[in-house]
Amino acid sequence: MKQITVALAGNPNSGKSSVFNMLTGARQHVGNYPGVTVEKKEGLCTHGDYRMEIVDLPGTYSLTAYSTEELIARHYVQEEAPDVVVDVVDASNIERNLYLATQLIEMDVPLVLAFNMSDLAKRQGLEFDLEQLSQLLDAKIIPTVGNKRVGREALLDAIVATTERAEQERRQRVHYGSEIEEELAKIEQALGDAEPDLAAKYGARWVAVKLLEQDDDIVAKIRDRAILDMVERSVGHLRDIFGDEPEIVMADRRYGFISGACQETIKNSVERRHDISDSIDAVVTNRVLGLPIFLLLMYVVFFLTFKVGSFPMTWLEEFFGWLGGAIHSGWPADTALWLRSLIVDGVIGGVGGVLVFLPNILLLFMAIALLEDSGYMARAAFVMDRIMHKIGLHGKSFIPMLIGFGCSVPAIMATRILENRRSRMTTIMVIPLMSCGARLTIYALFIPAFFPVRWQGPMLWLVYIIGIVLGIVAAKVLRLTVFKGETMPFVMELPPYRMPTSKGVLVHTWQRGWMYVRKAGTVILGLSIVLWFAMNFPKAPEDRLQGLSEEQARQVSLQHSLVGRVGQAVEPVMRPLGFDWKIDTALIGAVAAKELFVSQLGIVYAVGSGDEDAPTLREQLRADYTPLTGFCVMLFCLISAPCVATVAMTRQETNSWPWAVSQFLGLTLLAYAVTLVVYQIGHALTGSQ
Amino acid sequence: MSERGIVQEQQVRFLSTIQAGERVRVVGIDAGRGLNSRLAAMGLVAGAELRVVSNGHPGPFVLIVKGAKVVLGRGVAQKIMVK
Repeated sequence: MKQITVALAGNPNSGKSSVFNMLTGARQHVGNYPGVTVEKKEGLCTHGDYRMEIVDLPGTYSLTAYSTEELIARHYVQEEAPDVVVDVVDASNIERNLYLATQLIEMDVPLVLAFNMSDLAKRQGLEFDLEQLSQLLDAKIIPTVGNKRVGREALLDAIVATTERAEQERRQRVHYGSEIEEELAKIEQALGDAEPDLAAKYGARWVAVKLLEQDDDIVAKIRDRAILDMVERSVGHLRDIFGDEPEIVMADRRYGFISGACQETIKNSVERRHDISDSIDAVVTNRVLGLPIFLLLMYVVFFLTFKVGSFPMTWLEEFFGWLGGAIHSGWPADTALWLRSLIVDGVIGGVGGVLVFLPNILLLFMAIALLEDSGYMARAAFVMDRIMHKIGLHGKSFIPMLIGFGCSVPAIMATRILENRRSRMTTIMVIPLMSCGARLTIYALFIPAFFPVRWQGPMLWLVYIIGIVLGIVAAKVLRLTVFKGETMPFVMELPPYRMPTSKGVLVHTWQRGWMYVRKAGTVILGLSIVLWFAMNFPKAPEDRLQGLSEEQARQVSLQHSLVGRVGQAVEPVMRPLGFDWKIDTALIGAVAAKELFVSQLGIVYAVGSGDEDAPTLREQLRADYTPLTGFCVMLFCLISAPCVATVAMTRQETNSWPWAVSQFLGLTLLAYAVTLVVYQIGHALTGSQ
Repeated sequence: MSERGIVQEQQVRFLSTIQAGERVRVVGIDAGRGLNSRLAAMGLVAGAELRVVSNGHPGPFVLIVKGAKVVLGRGVAQKIMVK
């Protein structure tokens, strides 16, 4: 069994992911490139004698040093030296897609081209002379249709053939024109003498090309001052001749090379049809209609998510309730009752509360996947950009924020689509303000408790809007202070509208949904257990529990526990917000996971086992607090302390604890301030408690 | 480079002034290295042919270059000179 590594490169929107999925099937693994926060997808595939490790590189248009993604892709190819690189090319869009290929060719990597979306190309009337093109580019070309698994075997065969082919000097090179070639020759020569290691490792010509392009990454690797001076002179000389940066001229020559190759080998018999796409776009990105259409679509998405999701949600609630009850009664008497409590209250209570939301979350992700795969998201990003720009964010920021309404964890991960670091950091900091699915449990409890039916819908809406408005304000402030700087100019490709495949949508949905499940399975499980201990120890002395009902006993026990004591200790600090020790105690649980707030409150109020008796809990709440306090509690929960899973994800994506902690503290302080103001003003106005 | 100086050359115009449906060729781009490189990777280099799909009043600035549809925002179209 021979082992090889295969790297997949390609433009965004080229269908690289579906080719990756086609090759690796379910055997995938997502991680991080060391030191940075760019996603690394790896998978396995066996073909004949070969065991292939396939790495999906970030989608890029080029391999310059201007963006993290490009550097990562380039570094991987240079440093990890994969046995074969497969460049996934959108066959209906050859000329631009081959730009990346020319750069790979220049790196002297064993290359295979996958002409993906070949069905689309065929429909557009494009005919390829693949043999000749393959010779011109010195790489095997395989037509594929990634999302229909067409071309899989042929591609794997090509990969094997390419790796088995003996080491050969590349025959074809992009010719940059005599002036540039002259300078390149000079530099290559000097490199051979002064920096032989570099030349040997990366290829003298490639290094020379990068130096003339003034590539920051490569320039930094040169230690010989004389070479840098020589390059500067060459660049100046070429600048004078062409009236433009050599980098730009070379880009132009690459396209010339591509154009030449394509003219000989590609026939286009049908005029590219843009009519349908264009008509749709005319409406969807219209200055007047664009935003309302987008908002309408978002409303439909959310409405369906919660409406349709409510059925499986109820089943899950009943299932967990039954499960807890079954274990409770089926437990052998007098054997480690604490363990039963740990399992029923701690684990099932905590984790169950999270998993109950899984259907809603999955539906939300499915809707988003549909919008992305169909191509609409790109247009929406543009429509939103005008507004986002005013806050200092990129139009693409709204996609992670949208996901944040489901769960912050995958939302923060989704910020990887933002290239600008400052935009990305700001978005990450502000995502928790997009009220997530977990906080909904809190609103679902409080709103019906304090407000008449007619007001319930608007109140929920109000809470969400407040979150969004605060998010906007916070983003603006962050962008003016901590993350000051220019936003990237908006340049984005609009992929043609496509019919999303059910497979594609399901894969995308599952990838994000899995993160939510994993959060439940790991962080929340762990924290539920920790919290259970903090809630049950230290134990109340026996005599205090005499003669009390089960619920009352639990209430007293909670007061004696660590959590209860902290809650009571904190009361003076929280009283200006209208909170008492019971709410404070429940809020501690909410730090671990927002869903725990409700179950904690249930215990504090000695209400059976949480949800089943929710009306009773609501009645108790109504008896103890005013609508103003109820509203303030929701406000506080909306803004404060993102759950620990979120903090963990922030730390992962920003690669720093200080930022994650700042997010946590910043939001909590903001929550305190806002709630304080609202409560005090409300109190003064209404004279109520 | 002042706008007046460019217009005097008659044929060379800013991309932002080109109307929907027109086909033009890129003459030059007045942008920093980063943006330049980004545009080049998308196919916008000197000599490239463009077809403007929508000029942005109302709506975004959309064009077709090297067979793909690209949308430009806020001032980018003003940095590209065409004829």
